[in-house]
Amino acid sequence: MTTIPVEALLRKKERFERGEDHRALEDPTAELLRLEEQGELVVQKIQGDVVTVPTKYGREKRIQKGHLWHHKSCGQCGHIPGYSTSIFWVMRKLGYDYHDPRDQTSCTAWNYYASATSNVAAQAAVAVRNFAAAQETGYFPLVHCGTSYGHYKEVREELLTHPELRTEVREIMGKLGKDLVFPEELVHYSEWFYAMRDEIAALQTRDLSGVRVTVHPACHYYKLVEGDAIYDPDVYGGQRTAVVTGLAERLGADVREYSTWFDCCGFGFRHILVQRDFTRSFATMRKIEVMKEEADPDVVLTHDTGCVTTLDKSQFAAKAHERNVGVAVMSEAQFAALAMGAHPYKVCQLHWHSADYRPLLEKMGIDWEQAWAEFQEGLKKLEKGDKRYLDWDDVD
Amino acid sequence: MTEAPSYYKSPTVAGYPDVSYEEKARLFDEVKSDIRFSDYLYGCYECGICVAACPSARFYDFSPRRVAQAAAREDVELVYQQMQEDIWECSQCFSCLRCPRGNNPGGIITIMREVAINNGLASAKEALEGYSRIIYKIMSTGTQVSPDMLQPDAFPDWGPETGDVSNNLDLWRRALPSETLHTTSTGWDVSDKTLVELYLIWLHTGALDMIADVDTSLHSILQDVMEERLEEEGIEL
Repeated sequence: MTTIPVEALLRKKERFERGEDHRALEDPTAELLRLEEQGELVVQKIQGDVVTVPTKYGREKRIQKGHLWHHKSCGQCGHIPGYSTSIFWVMRKLGYDYHDPRDQTSCTAWNYYASATSNVAAQAAVAVRNFAAAQETGYFPLVHCGTSYGHYKEVREELLTHPELRTEVREIMGKLGKDLVFPEELVHYSEWFYAMRDEIAALQTRDLSGVRVTVHPACHYYKLVEGDAIYDPDVYGGQRTAVVTGLAERLGADVREYSTWFDCCGFGFRHILVQRDFTRSFATMRKIEVMKEEADPDVVLTHDTGCVTTLDKSQFAAKAHERNVGVAVMSEAQFAALAMGAHPYKVCQLHWHSADYRPLLEKMGIDWEQAWAEFQEGLKKLEKGDKRYLDWDDVD
Repeated sequence: MTEAPSYYKSPTVAGYPDVSYEEKARLFDEVKSDIRFSDYLYGCYECGICVAACPSARFYDFSPRRVAQAAAREDVELVYQQMQEDIWECSQCFSCLRCPRGNNPGGIITIMREVAINNGLASAKEALEGYSRIIYKIMSTGTQVSPDMLQPDAFPDWGPETGDVSNNLDLWRRALPSETLHTTSTGWDVSDKTLVELYLIWLHTGALDMIADVDTSLHSILQDVMEERLEEEGIEL
């Protein structure tokens, strides 16, 4: 490791001039509305029934219950599709309408954090284009991905604090025939699940009281522009984010502690694809093994695409070395759907997961062999050509 | 100062070309000129909390504190060394944001990476080797992870389920009840209009040009794809 000798350190220690403090906007919503009044941008307003939730520093955040535009996630849709279908299924069961758009791109932040082959203006323009697309439908955005959520909050800060960036993005949007649109609140799906936990629990059909749960809070949900993440005084004394845990507790699960809760899952963006030795080691040795030793969970719940992927997929190789791994991993959306009686394969799509989830299903009272046979029946319809696709009628 | 102090690796050992102090200073000036730089750096207490929280610091010879320190002290030599060696180890989790001084080392690294890309630095070219397909996917389709990427030969350490997914891909995708998810080459079905708008963003913001120096063949393929689509739509650039 390179070391810096004392004389070099002292020589370099010149007075540091601090830049203008742009950080930590106290109320980004108020700032958005102020700029809207000045004609700088357009704010998509929250409408209809709303739940108000507490945030880290006390600002109240409003969560729109229905009529939501689902901003999907690359990884969820690509290889954890039960993540997305569970979110949709729960929303349908609770009776809230939604829009699943084709006029949506990725936030492109995974690529940006991994490769840096983009820039501030491009990232902001992608965000605003998606928000403008949502506004055109009248449905309010609900962001599925933790990284998209965190990155969009970065973009919001940058747009609110840098007029020159607003000008640049507004000009680009003009070329697309769109306004510079931003939603009144940025809402992550796990915030919606937290806000709706009483309505979800009211439709619970499976007893989870014997199910041991550990929660991995996603870095990009609560570390990246942290101010308006949900913190509830009744969950961890308000010292950690309450999403996921608040829902799991409301569903009656046995939520257990472990010491490395603050640690990242080890995803790393580039690392999960091209430096997986880092990802596997961190995920198993700093997260899964610590959870197993200290809490012995039946399932790890998390609320971001990368975290589900990393914690789920990393266990196979570690198992070959007889490490203390082997625990199911899923999103709290899938967990809540299972609690509400969702089919483990037709809805929650657990066959796309790697870590063994079957002991968990047995503990929930689910006959997974019968469920798999039912899923195969659906596939036969497709193979025989009776239907091109299964739909919601086939899974309810 | 015209030469690097002896406590830096020599360029032959480090594996990247040394350049003049003026060139290093120009690169650092480019980092500092980013509009986010003053939002991300407030000096450094040297307390080490960022290092304690950093997953990459556990695994690599990497320190978010040194990144903040080098930037705050305007240590041009060390910043260049970090741009050639360290920045690609960062996992961009932003655990370092627990800094009591309010620094954002992960954010500084984001800027340093962009400057490394824009200037075709050796570290950027090396970091993006093996990553071209991902960049192609996101910039051309608007979705990053497609189901058909789940090939067992690419993910042998993810277990036999990856093979199951690959073998049953079309059938299992058609069994998904969500209408936009029946796709196999994109995460979800993206409309043509949306792609045209995305391409215009890449072109107007210079994001496509960023790739020209680090991966020329990828750049020309993407350029062809985008220009052909825009031409079909009758859009002149």
